[in-house]
Amino acid sequence: MCGRGGVMWIYDLLVSPFAEFEFMRRALVGVLGLSLGAAPVGVLLTLRRMSLMGDAMAHAILPGAAIGYLVSGLSLLAMTTGGLIAGLVVALAAGGVARATKLKEDASLAALFLVSLALGVVIVSLRGNSIDLLHFLFGNVLALDNETLVLIAVVATISLLTLALILRPLVLESVDAGFLRSVSRSGGPAHISFLALVALNLVGGFQALGTLLAVGIMILPAVISRFWSRDLTAMTVSAVATGIMSGYCGLLLSYHAGWPAGPAIILFAGALYCGSVLFGRCGGLLRGLVSRRHLEA
Amino acid sequence: MAAHLRFRDLTLGYDRHPAVHHLTGEVEEGAMLALVGPNGAGKSTLFKGVLGLLAPLSGAIDRSPGARDIAYLPQVAEIDRSFPIDIYDLVAMGLWRRIGWFGAIRKAEREGIRRAIATVGLTGFERRPIAELSGGQMQRVLFARLLLQDSRLIVLDEPFNAIDERTVADLVALIHRWHGEGRTVLAALHDLNLVRRHFPHTLLMAREPVAWGETGRVLTTENLMKARRMCEAFEEAAAECAVAAE
Repeated sequence: MCGRGGVMWIYDLLVSPFAEFEFMRRALVGVLGLSLGAAPVGVLLTLRRMSLMGDAMAHAILPGAAIGYLVSGLSLLAMTTGGLIAGLVVALAAGGVARATKLKEDASLAALFLVSLALGVVIVSLRGNSIDLLHFLFGNVLALDNETLVLIAVVATISLLTLALILRPLVLESVDAGFLRSVSRSGGPAHISFLALVALNLVGGFQALGTLLAVGIMILPAVISRFWSRDLTAMTVSAVATGIMSGYCGLLLSYHAGWPAGPAIILFAGALYCGSVLFGRCGGLLRGLVSRRHLEA
Repeated sequence: MAAHLRFRDLTLGYDRHPAVHHLTGEVEEGAMLALVGPNGAGKSTLFKGVLGLLAPLSGAIDRSPGARDIAYLPQVAEIDRSFPIDIYDLVAMGLWRRIGWFGAIRKAEREGIRRAIATVGLTGFERRPIAELSGGQMQRVLFARLLLQDSRLIVLDEPFNAIDERTVADLVALIHRWHGEGRTVLAALHDLNLVRRHFPHTLLMAREPVAWGETGRVLTTENLMKARRMCEAFEEAAAECAVAAE
């Protein structure tokens, strides 16, 4: 009896929230799709030292989506298109400002994302109330409708296919841009396609996690994976797995503890990040403290 | 021998400031030419011009048909050594012109990659990530990539900075081999002894060409002093160049 009770307890803890409630199942499918697309993009984003660019684009999506909302209410298509355009404009503008002036790209990104955030909040407030604003900023992963799930699936599919197409020039441009320029002009197109993928994934994550947290499911799994593997394939796989695990555990946390779901997902990923910084196989802090005998050669 | 590269009153630069000023001359096919000059003398800029990455402010570079496909060694500082890629994959990118974005690496190519890695003495290290290599090993990897490019014109930007003697000797031997095969080699170098020992011709630059010809006649104390003076005299607020304004 005791064993059976234990199994039931585990079932209640880990499975029944999803078995019983459709909104939980939808949320799980949503974060699964997001992880599949955003985590690999995030791995390359961090390796290209563009984490800040991800942040800036995420904020930039807000005014774009808000304008879509202003024009046609809570229409997924309008908000997505608006967000996508705004994200790309900011990414390209930051690059342009950096090239045309003495301002470094990270500085112009910081400037642009603060302005976008403020602008977005103002635009949303023109028409909506504070509930709408919260939805824009933090999303609502527990209220994903069919349209949104399809959007997430489409984004994940496009991301994986496009990454497969541009991987070779993208990797070479990250490692040795000078050499790539000497043999081909594909660095530019690969970079622009990649920026578009970042924007696309942020827009895909926008409904679920909002502008402020969508970038979390992209960056955190990627950063965590760097503490566990040294090659690109393993990093990508572990980032996707980390994203899915954070989504699943975060949703359970939110269900059982009553926490808001989006932040719970990101917080769980944050906990994994802290654990990885301490115990990670590749460069974790405590690894260095454990003195192991050195090898012969 | 035909001219592989011809510089015609070439001026290259950024924001109208010349970094290479009024360079005229020819690099013959099969030449082994050292490019010498203080930091900021315009060596890397000239290479960018040769590679077609920087349009001339004035003048022109003529390339013979064989000089369009250039094997280029960037300065090692421009490479992101922390990126998770292994030796084999980085060397394989020497095949870029043949395989492009999606081309497969077939058996013949795999054989070529293995041979190139063996030639630079890194057999057995194929799956080593580049983050774990010493400076000398990294430079060997980049030379293996050059080998695979199999170009008639090879451009080396400071190939021997902070490299151990043994590696320098091995890589200089490779350059001699290319020279023997009739390939043209252009190398920016700082070690004057090495230039005197191995490079028959030298172009000494200080934005403007100071001297160009047989190495012994170019690398005189007088010329070297002159080059240094000319580089120090660089002025941010220079007047418009009267010759360029023509």
